[in-house]
Amino acid sequence: MIDIKELHKSYKTGKSSLHVLKGINLNVKEGDLVSIMGSSGSGKSTLLNILGMLDEADEGSYTLDGVPIKNLNEKKAANYRNKFLGFVFQSFNLISYKTAQDNVSMPLYYQGMKRKERQERSMSYLEKVGLADWADHRPNMLSGGQKQRVAIARALASQPKVLLADEPTGALDTTTSYEVMDLIQQINEEGKTILVVTHEQDIANMTKRIVNLKDGVIIDDSRIEQVKALENV
Amino acid sequence: MFNRDRWEELFETIAKNKLRTVLTGISVASGIFILVLLLGVGQGLQNGIENQFQDDAKNRLIVYTGRTTKGYKGMNPGREIELRNKDFDFASRRYEDNIEYKSPKYRIWSSQVNYENETGNYRVEGVYGDNQFLESATMVSGRFVNTRDQKKYEKNAAIGYKVKTELFKDKEAVGKFIKVANLNFKVVGVFSDPGGDREESRVFIPLSTAQRVFNGGDTISSMTFTLPQAASFDKALKTSDYITANLEKQIKERYTVAPDDNSAVTVRNTLESAQKIYSLLNMVNIFFWIVGIMTIFAGIVGVGNIMLIIVKERTKEIGIRKALGAKPWSIVGMILHESIFVTFMAGFFGLFLGLLLLEFVAPLIDTDFISNPSVNFNIALTTVFILVLAGAIAGFFPAWKAARIKPITALRNE
Repeated sequence: MIDIKELHKSYKTGKSSLHVLKGINLNVKEGDLVSIMGSSGSGKSTLLNILGMLDEADEGSYTLDGVPIKNLNEKKAANYRNKFLGFVFQSFNLISYKTAQDNVSMPLYYQGMKRKERQERSMSYLEKVGLADWADHRPNMLSGGQKQRVAIARALASQPKVLLADEPTGALDTTTSYEVMDLIQQINEEGKTILVVTHEQDIANMTKRIVNLKDGVIIDDSRIEQVKALENV
Repeated sequence: MFNRDRWEELFETIAKNKLRTVLTGISVASGIFILVLLLGVGQGLQNGIENQFQDDAKNRLIVYTGRTTKGYKGMNPGREIELRNKDFDFASRRYEDNIEYKSPKYRIWSSQVNYENETGNYRVEGVYGDNQFLESATMVSGRFVNTRDQKKYEKNAAIGYKVKTELFKDKEAVGKFIKVANLNFKVVGVFSDPGGDREESRVFIPLSTAQRVFNGGDTISSMTFTLPQAASFDKALKTSDYITANLEKQIKERYTVAPDDNSAVTVRNTLESAQKIYSLLNMVNIFFWIVGIMTIFAGIVGVGNIMLIIVKERTKEIGIRKALGAKPWSIVGMILHESIFVTFMAGFFGLFLGLLLLEFVAPLIDTDFISNPSVNFNIALTTVFILVLAGAIAGFFPAWKAARIKPITALRNE
């Protein structure tokens, strides 16, 4: 599903240049649930941003579902993001003045879907994350866990190939974190490919494979025995 | 534009920022309001002045001559130019369609006039019957000299009211004989002139008689024409300017006078003074437009400013939208839509308020120089068009800026 080869990325800060990713090779099969670990500054977020086409690599190749991702202009990137990817962020990034349902509808709106269809689809995804009753609530009336579940519903609504989650539990307490991870595991079981960036070992243990990043290189990449989140709630 | 979701979103953002939207709106609305008011007052001034001159739309041309001051085509300067009957005939024929009243004039500045024992010195002018209307004279009694008098070389005279009171006192003058340059003239009428005493101490006799009696030959001192009242002041000005220029040129050619020698042949146009005021009025109108446009411009800059702040505030939201697949142009559209909508609504409000004020205050204002201040429909349409354009310009740069926000930077923006 995801195939990256010799990926390099550096940031220029004034005169000095910071080499963040130093030749990353990674292959993720369809239906996998991968966690990317590393301390801050290891380059894990940068990697995720490149995977999410929010940022561009300096060197190397990136293929997503057989489509080479390169020479993106804004329009093309927007199109690919909409078609291929769903994002879940640490800080939820919901639009504060829109209801939960409207937030979930947003990627569908940008797909050009008809209003009625959009409402049905967004409602079904809210049901999926167990928030059908909160459809008319604004984000500020939801708890952290609920917000993240809305965000997950939003990420899924466009039926993407890959779900990218950047510290999805970073702003949540342990119980809520595990509930969110349970949801992520369920989604994975339905066959969705998911990448989770985290620095928490217990969260990483709930995935099927851990990729460990340090100073811009992969130092460890191994399959693990998946811990079911539900058992720990 | 007619996308329901876009509109819903627009109202959501506006509802979220009521105060800001209202303040922005006020700056635009006041701009339009001031423009409408200025234009209304400008129109009022124009109407007022046109009315003033319409009463006097005796759109009069006077041709008179003097000495040349410039040599031309081998002719020496200092030559005396004298108009003749044939010049008058030429001008009357040439501009027949444009002329209402016409009369040549043979003038004796001062001549002794007697009635019985009373004597006085008066201006004696040989004219056509039309001269009564050229002078706006009204008959106190009797009639003016007429075409028949002219043809028959009649020694008839129409005397001014002052001449009558000085020579006849309270007695009836019509039908009596007076002596002009020792010849007997029959008084056929007494006239009164709005010009007052000076104009009323004149004696009018037929041109033909005057030329014969005073040895004038076929020369005339001046000729006067009036043009019929035109549909509009503008049109009157145009016709009178056209005839003035052409007639002057033609008379100068007839007497081989340099085209720029204005003391030899002069065509004076009574609308010229009106024209000066009229062009002043144009300047005032242009000034009003400029002030109005500037005010709107200030409003637009305000809108642009606010939109920039909005874009700044919504940076993160725009980042999220882009992460979810919003294309750059949909972001531009979103911001533009809001700015056009706000300027348009506010502008209409200002326009409406301005028109309302003109509608209700206009009847209360009634000085000589302002009447019926109003804004015509086309101008109102123009301002609406300006508004939409303004909203688009005010919104475009912030929108463009918003569209170029990189989602990654936007998302980092906490």
